[in-house]
Amino acid sequence: MKPEELEVRAAAELAKQQAFDVCLFTCSSRGCQSSDALGVIAGLKAEVKARQLDAKVQVNGSGCMGLCSKGPLVRMCSKTQKDILFSEIKPEMAGAIMEQAVVPVLAGSKIEKPGGDLEQHTLDLNDPFFTMQEFSVLENNGKMDPEKLEDYIARNGYRALRKALGMSAEEICQEVLASGLRGRGGAGFPTGLKWDLTRNVPSDVKYIICNGDEGDPGAFMDGSVLEGDPHAVIEGMLIAARAMHATHGVFYIRAEYPLAVERVEKALRQARAAGLVGKNVLDSGWAFDFEMRLGAGAFVCGEETALIASIEGKRGTPRPRPPFPAVKGLWDQPSCINNVETLANVPLILLRGAKWFASRGTEESKGTKLFALTGKSKNNGLVEVPMGMTLRDVVEKIGGGTDSGLKIKAIQTGGPSGGMIPEHEFDTPVSYENLHKLGSMMGSGGMIVIDENDSVVELAQFYLDFCVDESCGKCAPCRIGGTQMLHLLNKIVEGKGTLEDIRTIRKVAKAMQKASLCALGQTAPNPTLSAIRHFEHEFTERLLPAATTKD
Amino acid sequence: MSTPTEVATAVKAAAPKASAAPQDEITLIANKWKNKRGSLIMALHDLQSRVGYVPRESAMKLGHLMDVPLARIYEVVTFYNYFKLEAPGKYVISVCLGTACHIKGSAELLSGMEKELKIKEGQSTPDKEYHLQAVRCLGCCGLAPLVSVNGKVYAKLKTNESSHVIERIQIDKPMAVADAEDLAD
Repeated sequence: MKPEELEVRAAAELAKQQAFDVCLFTCSSRGCQSSDALGVIAGLKAEVKARQLDAKVQVNGSGCMGLCSKGPLVRMCSKTQKDILFSEIKPEMAGAIMEQAVVPVLAGSKIEKPGGDLEQHTLDLNDPFFTMQEFSVLENNGKMDPEKLEDYIARNGYRALRKALGMSAEEICQEVLASGLRGRGGAGFPTGLKWDLTRNVPSDVKYIICNGDEGDPGAFMDGSVLEGDPHAVIEGMLIAARAMHATHGVFYIRAEYPLAVERVEKALRQARAAGLVGKNVLDSGWAFDFEMRLGAGAFVCGEETALIASIEGKRGTPRPRPPFPAVKGLWDQPSCINNVETLANVPLILLRGAKWFASRGTEESKGTKLFALTGKSKNNGLVEVPMGMTLRDVVEKIGGGTDSGLKIKAIQTGGPSGGMIPEHEFDTPVSYENLHKLGSMMGSGGMIVIDENDSVVELAQFYLDFCVDESCGKCAPCRIGGTQMLHLLNKIVEGKGTLEDIRTIRKVAKAMQKASLCALGQTAPNPTLSAIRHFEHEFTERLLPAATTKD
Repeated sequence: MSTPTEVATAVKAAAPKASAAPQDEITLIANKWKNKRGSLIMALHDLQSRVGYVPRESAMKLGHLMDVPLARIYEVVTFYNYFKLEAPGKYVISVCLGTACHIKGSAELLSGMEKELKIKEGQSTPDKEYHLQAVRCLGCCGLAPLVSVNGKVYAKLKTNESSHVIERIQIDKPMAVADAEDLAD
């Protein structure tokens, strides 16, 4: 494809889409598919066909629209009126959607809320869940079919790549550095700097790797982005490749996300056929292609060097750094590993500029962040908020408080590597530094809400048990320390612990943080430590009755 | 009355998949991957998606064809949670124990399943009808707690609904779909 063709194809696709009076987008992501979203799509298509409305009504799949607990979601878009979002739709309700919403709109009526059976299946788009979010990584979700390249091109897709092809590697790195984008996998290393480091290592072979392992249980942002907008991630990787003279791209996606794998593979085939990936990218003479590698259920593989070992077909065990992957990575060649969400931000930065990106957020944390809001939250699902929004707004306004009606006790961010943040700290604005100061971390974006009936001691036990199970066993601090800590924590949960045990937990934790080989072991004590820090009474209440007095 | 041959055919059709992948399938898998560096895990994924686990004889054959020692294969297979060394039952019941499901009582759901099926997590029923396993996170956290059976998800369950899920399995009879990807790809 020649670069100018992008505009031509975009215009053609837009014209085609504008010919439809009504578009129905049904979320076809993993969550909604498990509630028969495909049946809903088939039902809607059959209804449209039966009424001979094929020329007027378009039926599409779409990426995640956020409110996963209310799926399948169907969004009705029309030129003549505001969008309507239907929730918990079953295939047999397709007829009602046509009769009570689509047909009246086609006839010129305006509908606020359809009546009849559909009334309780219509979501209020003025709810803070929708109005307080700021969509940029997710802005295509619910508005295009992730399985159609033309849809992505029509929404400015691959224009950022075109721009990047006209820039030097250094210029791209500078732009991304200026935007303030930091690694969304959790550690928050400046992306532009990471690229620049890799760029400066001379080598004929270099790898750009997309980390789609998302091992944090309770987090599904990356899977949702890969499923909902696979071309955005591919475009981000192509730009990253230009920025560091990378020669090969590798997708590493966890095998538990078969739909994400399928969507990325399909998107790659489409991009290859269109000349956006392959021997002659956008007719520039530059050749670049991708390989797919699947994870196999190992949390430690989110760590860069373990991930590399896994791509090489080995056990996913980390190795000491330096040398950093930027110098010696996959097959001993310079490599750069970026998280899915990080890469999905890249085309936006190039297209809209570093200034636009940096205009949102706090001093050190720019842009938006995706969170998987789950647990006892009333609204469960995928949300995108600007950095700097207070945790209270995220949890209470967007999340709507708890589904149980009970008071929120705390949230847990950062998964097994993060920590618990008590309710009285909720006025903290979201940023890498702030969450770190509270003893937690940004992590990849899991945000679990717990209410006053939940035990933080047991949640800490749950996470530690996870880390002990997932420890690769290579280094002693993580392997032995984790097991010993868990042993003590189990004792406390069973009501047999002493104050001395809490002190020992702290000591072991410190050793693990200092001496573990990789981030898994270094951060495994975090949930327990933060729980002790903010909720020490819950631990002491569980100690042996004699133990507290004796001490 | 059915003839003995008919009965035999019906029993064979209902039986779990053969204990090992057909030899020519393994050759196809090996041919697909052997010239790609570091592709052992991918080859094992292909094998498991066809047979449901990694049978020893298939691993030996694959190792032979790909020039990988059996010890290396077992080193990898035993490291990653995803790979299984034993044939699972006909219905693989995966109870999600991710954090969101945990908060919503998945442990209770799992112990209900154990009682109902009279097996422990990680085991199969003696008739090989069910295999019960705990999994980390299926990424449908908005629908917690949930159970996936051969890929079919039963979502937003109540913690006492174990027997209900098992009844539903017998009605829905969800079957694992073989990897649609073409081996010759």
